[in-house]
Amino acid sequence: MDILNALVAFLNFVFVPAFGYGCQLALGALGVTLIFAVLRFSSFAHGDTMAFGTVMAIGFTYVLQANGITFGPLPTALLALPFAILCTALMLLGTDRLVYRFYRKKRVDPIIVTIASVGVMFVMNGINRLIPWGGVEEINFADGSRFLMEAAAFKEMTGLKEGLAIKTTTAVTVVTAALCVAALFWFLQKTRTGKSMRAFSDNEDLALLSGINPERVVQVTWIIVAALATIAGVLYGLDKSYRPFVYFQLLLPIFSAAVVGGLGSPLGAIAGGFVIAFSEVMVTYAWKKVAGYLFPADWLGDGLLQLLSTDYKVAVSFAILLLVLLVKPTGLFKGK
Amino acid sequence: MAQRNFLLFAAVGLLFVLTGILMSWNVSLQILNIGVLSAIMALGVNMQWGYAGLFSTGIMGSVALGGLAVVLVSSQPNPENWAAGGPQLLMSLALGVAVIAAAIIAAQKMALGRARNFTIAAILILGFFAYRYFFDQASLAIETINPENAGNLGGLGLPSYIAWIVGALMAAAAAWVIGKTALGLRSDYLAIATLGIAEITLAVMKNEDWLARGVKNVIKLPRPGVPYEVDLQQAPWFLSFANNIGADPITASTIFVKLVYLVLFGAVLLGLIWLSERALHSPWGRMMRAIRDNEDAARAMGKNVKARHLQIFILGAAVVGLAGAMLTSMEGQLTPGNYSPLRFTFLIWVMVIVGGSGNNLGSVLGGLLIAWLWLIVENAGPVIMSYATYFLPDGGLKSHLVESAAQLRLLTLGVILLVVLRFSPKGLIPEK
Amino acid sequence: MAAPFLIGEAMTGGYGPVDILHGCTIAVEKGQIAVIVGPNGAGKSTAMKAVFGMLNLRGGRVLLDGEDITKLTPQARVRKGMGFVPQTSNIFTSMTVEENLEMGAFIREDDIKSTMAQVYDLFPILKQKRHQSAGELSGGQRQQVAVGRALMTQPKVLMLDEPTAGVSPIVMDELFDRIIEVARSGISILMVEQNARQALDIADKGYVLVQGTNRFTDTGQALLADPEVRRSFLGG
Repeated sequence: MDILNALVAFLNFVFVPAFGYGCQLALGALGVTLIFAVLRFSSFAHGDTMAFGTVMAIGFTYVLQANGITFGPLPTALLALPFAILCTALMLLGTDRLVYRFYRKKRVDPIIVTIASVGVMFVMNGINRLIPWGGVEEINFADGSRFLMEAAAFKEMTGLKEGLAIKTTTAVTVVTAALCVAALFWFLQKTRTGKSMRAFSDNEDLALLSGINPERVVQVTWIIVAALATIAGVLYGLDKSYRPFVYFQLLLPIFSAAVVGGLGSPLGAIAGGFVIAFSEVMVTYAWKKVAGYLFPADWLGDGLLQLLSTDYKVAVSFAILLLVLLVKPTGLFKGK
Repeated sequence: MAQRNFLLFAAVGLLFVLTGILMSWNVSLQILNIGVLSAIMALGVNMQWGYAGLFSTGIMGSVALGGLAVVLVSSQPNPENWAAGGPQLLMSLALGVAVIAAAIIAAQKMALGRARNFTIAAILILGFFAYRYFFDQASLAIETINPENAGNLGGLGLPSYIAWIVGALMAAAAAWVIGKTALGLRSDYLAIATLGIAEITLAVMKNEDWLARGVKNVIKLPRPGVPYEVDLQQAPWFLSFANNIGADPITASTIFVKLVYLVLFGAVLLGLIWLSERALHSPWGRMMRAIRDNEDAARAMGKNVKARHLQIFILGAAVVGLAGAMLTSMEGQLTPGNYSPLRFTFLIWVMVIVGGSGNNLGSVLGGLLIAWLWLIVENAGPVIMSYATYFLPDGGLKSHLVESAAQLRLLTLGVILLVVLRFSPKGLIPEK
Repeated sequence: MAAPFLIGEAMTGGYGPVDILHGCTIAVEKGQIAVIVGPNGAGKSTAMKAVFGMLNLRGGRVLLDGEDITKLTPQARVRKGMGFVPQTSNIFTSMTVEENLEMGAFIREDDIKSTMAQVYDLFPILKQKRHQSAGELSGGQRQQVAVGRALMTQPKVLMLDEPTAGVSPIVMDELFDRIIEVARSGISILMVEQNARQALDIADKGYVLVQGTNRFTDTGQALLADPEVRRSFLGG
């Protein structure tokens, strides 16, 4: 029995990665859930919105780097974020003007708007791949120092056999996500505009009667979604890497997170993000190492103690999604 | 109206004729065959969407299951692999099903409460480990034998036509599971859940080597009674035929094979249209449309909306699965890496919407037109892009744009979908 | 006689191609209570919505304080000083009582504290529950939130669509008392009611609508006393 080493191994291989990934999913799911709450449709273009924001951030990162501007130990992409968010916001507002506004005025069945978002997805997917510095290949744009804490340093410090490494990008993810969420909730709970968004989401007709301008609410929503999607995309890309197809595939865990939490509920989106991330990592992690510290070797046999191979990550989000739909379709935090 | 439809079909036909004249008849027929298969897929999706208003994003899953069925049914058996672990593998799969069934029975029979939750969890967890114990042994045993050429269970060696039917049934079974769960909830949930099942289907096909060799692909799948080019080139009757029409035997044989496929697929397509038109004008079809147009009213009249939706959802998926199986038979190989949701889910949606939702002819037209566009832009895109960037100086940007011109089709199709959805939401051939 | 403060004059129209209202006239004087009653399907709510601009009129006009507002949207009418409490979904269930009131005052740029204090004075229970989510309140309390929300714009006219639907008789009496209080503060009240007898009892003016036209129009008391109105619409 070596509980300390087991714990460190658990933290290093399960908790830290899952927590970072959970933050990224939560930010993505927040975007989906806000679109759903205010505009009342599920946006299939959200993965590509994240990709667009990330490509923009990569572009600005290159510009900054070319001018010799970096962010010290932190990734330069963080400095590029505001510009990238601005581009994404303009793009989303433009999309709304060209596509979604028409359906909103006509008050069509939300599923039609969802299908329109598939068209938007196609277009954005194409644009992302056509952007000169984007393309279809993997891009790694994280710079600055790689680790906040290296495994070797941790071992030396504690004298344990297991090391605990914390990547700079993971730390950046957690801090940025926490700031974003705090800012978002402050905005929704305390400001007049934020409250009007909630009111519009709650009861559109009554919001109109109260003199809330729907177009303004929608615009503010798109701007917030742009910020969330860009930040989520950039954090994911820093932590792993950017690739349009991977971002497109993030759609499923993000949707699952939003549904698990309850579509339309911001708090739920965050909880859902962590539920999905931790399940994915825990179900596909080979527990042999952690178990090796806790139990005698001859108990364990020679299996990896891995419930599912990592290729089945997608199955995990999906299984949780199905379970929630079966047991509690409104999600953990009562969505719509 | 009929005249308009005729003109539309004639226009699409002209596209294929022009492709034949300007590029080659081989290319044109190849695209046409894929177009016919796409049309069948669009027909299936149109059943779900046009007749019942169900938005599924799991079409790729049905297509892939159809392809898998071809390997399982029509490829040659691998007796050594089968002997190594086949029975045990089947047993473990049966165990898996039994575990899930036991959990469902427990969920239904036991009173709500902690004991029920605990029992269900215990059944699932213990069942999972038992299943994995037998399954891992068996799959490992199968995969280690002759991995270069087989390493999978192999098929039953039955005719392709049976494989097509099995493909339809497998797609239907998957649709049943999803439909049971997600139908009757918000319409977006079905879209999200189907997106998931498609990805899982693909993950299974890519990773379970014992099943269909995963990403190592299965090649040399038999043709559905269609002759091989090399055989034709040896056959005296064909050589004299080619000689009579004054064609080169090699080109003639490739075109002949494609024409045989065209007749075969065309017959299936026409048969399906006939069946679905019959169904649509039967009392059942009228009920389906009544439900789609006003769910609440239909429910008030005592119609079981959810059950009817489940029916049509399964039927649609089966048709798509059938087309998926036919596609794999024609290609002669199963390449899981080729299935992408953009190509096999969202592209089919573009076909249905552009063609005219709720209308079978519309789906066929949309299928042929969009398949042509998709495949032709792939070929012609770089050429167009090099003209479009003619004024740019040579260099990185220009070559990037020319190289990524293939991506233009995503953009083009997205724009087409958006334009049709907005300005002509009923599509090219509106529902009567 | 001077023109009434708010009048929907000879209104004709409906939601679709079929007219529901046929030359129907509804009016309310400053600080008075006008009640619309009538059998089911008589177009009571429709008449009220027509006054508020929620359907297109094919004939007739709506005047507020002498100004023709027929072409204005409901939102613009809110800015002109009309408050409307729909029959259902009339509160923001996921928001607190206080936030509901704040949203009611969304169009106001000035300080809303005193108005909110007045609403709390009118409905003391709301002050007690101001941080509670409105969706958790009882039916009667929800109606108070709904009325309070509409009052936050400091309207000159308050329009209520069946404010007592689904609440107990005791709560109904209480609500009517509050409505009288609102009217006394100078706000005109126009309301549609199912509970015709109680409503006419507090009404300065009553309108009995049948099939989209005015059947009887008189003071509330006169209508209550009219034997024909009693027999046909008040159940004897």
